[in-house]
Amino acid sequence: MALDQSFVGRTYPPTAPYEVGREKIREFAEAIGDANPAYTDPEAAKELGHPDVIAPPTFVFAITFKAAGQVIEDPQLGLDYSRVVHGDQKFAYTRPVRAGDRLAVTSTIEAIKSMAGNDILDIRGEVHDETGEHVVTAWTKLVSRAPEEVGP
Amino acid sequence: MTAKIAYAEVETGTELPARTFPVTRATLVQYAGASGDFNPIHWNEKFAVEVGLPDVIAHGMFTMAEAIRVVTDWAGDPAAVVEYGVRFTKPVVVPNDGVGALIEVSAKVAAKLDDNLVRVDLTATSAGQKVLGMSRAVVRLA
Repeated sequence: MALDQSFVGRTYPPTAPYEVGREKIREFAEAIGDANPAYTDPEAAKELGHPDVIAPPTFVFAITFKAAGQVIEDPQLGLDYSRVVHGDQKFAYTRPVRAGDRLAVTSTIEAIKSMAGNDILDIRGEVHDETGEHVVTAWTKLVSRAPEEVGP
Repeated sequence: MTAKIAYAEVETGTELPARTFPVTRATLVQYAGASGDFNPIHWNEKFAVEVGLPDVIAHGMFTMAEAIRVVTDWAGDPAAVVEYGVRFTKPVVVPNDGVGALIEVSAKVAAKLDDNLVRVDLTATSAGQKVLGMSRAVVRLA
């Protein structure tokens, strides 16, 4: 069933702050096999002009996707998450995420479309630090695939 | 932000050094833990097949994370990346054969923009299939 268009533009309350730890960044960098010292060595990060180690560009997705759970699990919206696949992902950075950040995410439903029985949901997550400075915006497109036709 | 590549030194069409990234089941388990994405399609073959996939597949966000390394290694400072977007077009299938899969990434400067910015277009393939589409980064050079 098509999702309710009246949810377009709906903004959910900001999440409780997520505190970015140096060791969590290290764990993520190791998991993607990236030995860039800016992710693990505070001195190397400082040489590049950063106050502490920074996170790889896609690190913040774990935070914004968890925040998007407010939308995905909204019983009023009624998305069938068991049929959802990740369509597109985009980030626009004001600055890199770094150790010590306390990040809150505000999620907004940007668009709801229906194409060939698939529901397409665009969620924007605005990420701010505890001073209110914008850090990054994440756009996530989720596609809820149409149920298969029931055979005769 | 301290990119090691100068804007003046690149042209439209400049190719970035291409890379090949291996991915095994162990890689996916490690990425699941680090990212918090424990969807069983990324580690449980039986589950993956039951939902219609050929086998366990890599996290799309893992592929996205690998592809941008071509850009961050080139630019030196990962903070040079000011925008990055992809479309997930095909899954990276990761068999449990001790070898796994390869993600092959190439990239080139597609346009020079204002303010020392360039647009880099990325191509990521695995087993001959294009796994990312519309894969673009905007990068601030020195």
